Amino acid sequence: MPDYATAAPAAVEAARPRAYTRTAVALHWVMTVLILSGFTLGANMVRLGMTPLKLRLFAYHKWIGITVLGLVLIRGSWRLTHAVPQDEPMPPWQRSAAHAVHGVLYALMLAVPLLGWTYSSASGYPVVYLKLWQLPDLVPKNAQLAQVLVAAHTYLAWTLACVVVLHAAAALKHHFFDGDATLRRMWSWRRS
Amino acid sequence: MRTSARVWLATAGLISLAAAAGDPAINLASSSIVATFRQENVPVDAAFKGFSGRVDYDPAHPAASRAIMQVTTASLDLGSADYDSEVRKHDWLDSSAYPVASFVSSAVSAGAGGHFTTTGTLTLKGRTQTLTVPVTMSRADTAAVFDGTLEISRRYFGIGSPDWNGVLDDKVRVKFHLVE
Repeated sequence: MPDYATAAPAAVEAARPRAYTRTAVALHWVMTVLILSGFTLGANMVRLGMTPLKLRLFAYHKWIGITVLGLVLIRGSWRLTHAVPQDEPMPPWQRSAAHAVHGVLYALMLAVPLLGWTYSSASGYPVVYLKLWQLPDLVPKNAQLAQVLVAAHTYLAWTLACVVVLHAAAALKHHFFDGDATLRRMWSWRRS
Repeated sequence: MRTSARVWLATAGLISLAAAAGDPAINLASSSIVATFRQENVPVDAAFKGFSGRVDYDPAHPAASRAIMQVTTASLDLGSADYDSEVRKHDWLDSSAYPVASFVSSAVSAGAGGHFTTTGTLTLKGRTQTLTVPVTMSRADTAAVFDGTLEISRRYFGIGSPDWNGVLDDKVRVKFHLVE
């Protein structure tokens, strides 16, 4: 394998840990499951006829979204306060692409649930998290705004799905074709 | 005075009021009747866009006071065309068979300040229930304003099939703000 220069000076790179923290790994996989199930639910529930099941699924979808929103805030703060491992050796364009994809993922993990919540408010349906806590409405009821918001929510959710596929495909490519630790390091962790 | 002659006509189950004089009719544009139901514990407000009626209240002569309201059941606005067409169906409000819901007072008793209670008959989806509704009267400019809330049971009036009972509360609160 060619010896690619790393982005940061060697001394800085060497000081970085070899692994993610246990918390970072746990957050990654919990959010993977939540985002995949929230997306699958959302894409299918809208096609259901008017049944009690539909209302239930809408509620679950909203709870998942709010959980993702809460977790991405925790995850973002964790990421800012805990060093991430140094990059695996790879061509610079791949490193830039990977980092850009991570940035887009964070932005969408924040934007998609926020748009969903705002859409729910604009439609006149407050979000009651886990049937227990009624969240504040982010905007007043407004049918026209609701239409714009649901379009944006849907569009960005599909964008998120596509970026997730890209991210996963790249991880698999690194694992199976490059034989590097990109994917493996999301399965192992350090203690602090 | 509120003693002007009134003729009550009852035709085909609908009651309409032909009043020669008395208090002006409720002004639809500045009034509201909003039903709040809970689905999965989410409170959802739905407004009736069509209603009419009149409240004649004289604290000095409660016995001569009357309230009558008629609400167009097909005017319930849930904020989405899908929900709106659903709620007009047979299982719900059955608006083609029961286009109008009504409340007709049978007794009014005065309370302190602007408060009074009215007892009357609510007719909804072909079923009737006697309710006692506390009302607060105030004034906006010169117009009389009547505010109050009543709570009804979906099950009692046969609104929504039992399949929905798991996700939809039985109790529905109806809040009215009636301006003359």
